[in-house]
Amino acid sequence: MLIILILYLVLAFALFLIPAKLSKFKPLLIAFFHLCLFGFFMTHLPDVAAGKSIDIHQQWIPQLGLNFELRLDGLSMVFALLITFIGFLIFIYALTYMKSYTGTTKFYFYLTLFSGAMLGLVLSADFIQLFMFWELTSVLSFLLISYFNENEQARKAAFQSLFVTGFGGLCLFAAIILIGSIVDSYSLSEWLENAHLIKEDRRYLPALVLVLIGIFTKSAQFPFHFWLLGAMQAPTPVSAFLHSATMVKAGVFLLARLYPILGGTPEWTQVVSLFGALTMLTGSYLAITQIDIKLILAYTTISALGVLVLLLGMDTQQSVKAAMVFLFVHAFYKSALFMLAGYITKETGTRSIDKIGGLIKTSPIGFVIAMIALFSMAGLPPMLGFIGKELIYEAKFDSPWMSTALLIIGVTSNIFMVTIAFLFLFEVFLGQANEGQKKSDSSYKFLLFSPGILALLSLGFGLFPDWLTQLVGPALNIIRMDDVQIKLKLWHGLNQVFFLSLFTVMVGVLLFIHIYKHKQVIRVWQRVNNRIFSINFTKVFSSGLDKFIAFSSKNTQLIQHGYSRFYIITIIVFTSILLIFQLYITRGWEIESTFTLQPFYISGLVLIIMLSVLMSVLSTHRLFTIIAMAVTGYGISLIYLYYSAVDLAITQIIIETLMVVMFVLVLRRLPKFAKLSNRRTKMRDAFIALGFGLIMTFLALKAINVDFNPSISDYFVDNSALKAYGKNVVNVILVDFRALDTLGEITVLTIAALGVYTLLNVKKTKK
Amino acid sequence: MNSIILQLAAKYLKILFLLFALIALIRGHNYPGGGFIGGLLAALYIVYDSLAFTSQQIEKKLRIHPEQYIGAGLLCALLSFIPGIYSGSSLMKGVWLSLDIPVIGVTKLGTPLLFDIGVFLTVMGVTLLFLFTLSTKR
Repeated sequence: MLIILILYLVLAFALFLIPAKLSKFKPLLIAFFHLCLFGFFMTHLPDVAAGKSIDIHQQWIPQLGLNFELRLDGLSMVFALLITFIGFLIFIYALTYMKSYTGTTKFYFYLTLFSGAMLGLVLSADFIQLFMFWELTSVLSFLLISYFNENEQARKAAFQSLFVTGFGGLCLFAAIILIGSIVDSYSLSEWLENAHLIKEDRRYLPALVLVLIGIFTKSAQFPFHFWLLGAMQAPTPVSAFLHSATMVKAGVFLLARLYPILGGTPEWTQVVSLFGALTMLTGSYLAITQIDIKLILAYTTISALGVLVLLLGMDTQQSVKAAMVFLFVHAFYKSALFMLAGYITKETGTRSIDKIGGLIKTSPIGFVIAMIALFSMAGLPPMLGFIGKELIYEAKFDSPWMSTALLIIGVTSNIFMVTIAFLFLFEVFLGQANEGQKKSDSSYKFLLFSPGILALLSLGFGLFPDWLTQLVGPALNIIRMDDVQIKLKLWHGLNQVFFLSLFTVMVGVLLFIHIYKHKQVIRVWQRVNNRIFSINFTKVFSSGLDKFIAFSSKNTQLIQHGYSRFYIITIIVFTSILLIFQLYITRGWEIESTFTLQPFYISGLVLIIMLSVLMSVLSTHRLFTIIAMAVTGYGISLIYLYYSAVDLAITQIIIETLMVVMFVLVLRRLPKFAKLSNRRTKMRDAFIALGFGLIMTFLALKAINVDFNPSISDYFVDNSALKAYGKNVVNVILVDFRALDTLGEITVLTIAALGVYTLLNVKKTKK
Repeated sequence: MNSIILQLAAKYLKILFLLFALIALIRGHNYPGGGFIGGLLAALYIVYDSLAFTSQQIEKKLRIHPEQYIGAGLLCALLSFIPGIYSGSSLMKGVWLSLDIPVIGVTKLGTPLLFDIGVFLTVMGVTLLFLFTLSTKR
């Protein structure tokens, strides 16, 4: 299985090597790869169904206790099959869908990587590793949403989704570390073994909250749902793959994975089902008044994710079974609908439901597919959705906690679903074709292939639900950690659940007829909705972000104010204080050095240097200042020479020469010399400068008498000719003994040069 | 500046500068000199030239850009660390070769010299980059 993940990586990069002429084969290659993987996982299905799991253990960073662990069991099998199969269909679909866009290689590259990351996520049996894949999917989702990156809205939406899921990812990471600190391991099997320990620990509650934030952000639960709406800016294959079938299900997957570890406590049940129920209701309620077909689907996706979370939160055998079945239900119909939406957009050139109509004439096949998928969404027999819905109702009847409330919420949400399904079908496919609707273009007919297959599955699994049992059964055993046999049936008999279904459908259809006949109702409804739900999450999010950035930049400016003089003052004052402090605590006030008289020419030289320093400070003309500084430098180099530091002297002389030349070059473009600082700042600067100078002088005097460890310099002198074959000790130290330091220095020089280069050229472009 | 005397002087003196720089580089291991000083001297040779003419003219005349000098220099310095590993010792260990070259006599060539050349090129490149960036008219 490790090879599969590596193959993904290789294939993704190999896409760039395929010449442009054969670009058609890029998605086909990946689609074929997914089909092979699907077959591979299918061959392992009997083993997994028998309760076995395939484990792979590979050392990664043993020093940190990190391992690469993969596990294919009932739960990961379900997700792996979904990812590979829908991935296969998506790449087939993308071949036609993306043909008119540029930069498709990049697109397939990201999509392939995403698919690999998602597969890695569901196969992970180590939580650090799982987190890595989790973050990878977030990042790739960001890249895919911003695929149309010349569109500002797409960029914003992508950033938002990254921010929300990234925030959740960090919470998840913290939670993983917390739980890891309880059991002292990150491996899934250890966590499963010590589940009772984790639940009893006082770190359980914070860990649970953090995990749930991670899951809720990823699976777009209320109040984090808004990023999924923005994510609809992505190309349709991405919406169908990431934002309905796989990535948003990662949260559900993790919820199911952690169910035996963290689940079963009252906190789990209440928090998870509460948020699930809330999301379920708001999603389906807000979907009705949407106009954009992709947004309708996005809201229903949010609702469906709410259902899944709710079911896993309810914590009964029934509910988990319903969740697993509904996972398939939703994956089949929602991907099909998204792909259909893409097809409709290509056909009509619009996504607004108001502007589309009468598509049944141009695309009868599309109508049939849409009907099957929408009926599955509405939960009408004989679709798989019907079975799913029956199971959900059954689970809610049996729920030990808030059974009635959950039922009411569930029924209401399903009524909306029925209404939406009919609205979608009638508005898009029946009725009058609108004026200005684009003439149908037969070249997009192939787009119906993938949704067609999914629709067939919705129907087929509905008629023969037995096929699903061997997929759902093992997953259920893994989540619930016991051995149960399940049976799925289309017809459950005339029981209360059936009547509830009947009631749901009837009310839903009535509501639909009412809305369809009185179009103004929906407009009024929309306005009411806008009034009530006036909180625009996206706006709140972005304004909050802006405020945060403003706040932190204000804080940063306290220290990073951008004034060079204040930086220098800070550095010098701070250094002085430190030095004085050090002198104070070591009581090192006395200077033991004695002054010896130097020859008159040296004393004279020092006098000249001092005078030129004074001159450079007091001069009001830049040229004088430069000359005075040069005199200082040359004077110092003479002193070096006198004390036989030849190398230093030579370097100093050349540097001074170069400095003067450079100064002259800069001089031309400086503004006229002006006195801008007043007396007080001058006094301040003088005080700081004099103080620092005094301290440095003092230190220099003290340094003469400090006993250095003689062995170092003696070693250099003794060994430079013997070991490094050089008589010039200074040079030998530079290029041999301390070559690493020198390397660092020339690197710093390079960076400084690049800094100067870029800084001076920035101005150029600004002008 | 358009001084014929300076231009004529530059024409001949710059060769001297360059020669001087190279000598400083090569003798550096045993006598005062070395890569740093050599690099600065080499840069001075171009500075001198660009005082006589204009630095734009000089920049155009240069076949290798300062950035390339810097890159080459850093590369040389890094490369000089590698032979140490293959001589059975650690990274950065100096490796020396004794060559008997006619006329010059027995010469010892070692990785420190390569390193010094790296320093030479980098220092020269950096200085030139400063010079050209500062003197570009805008």
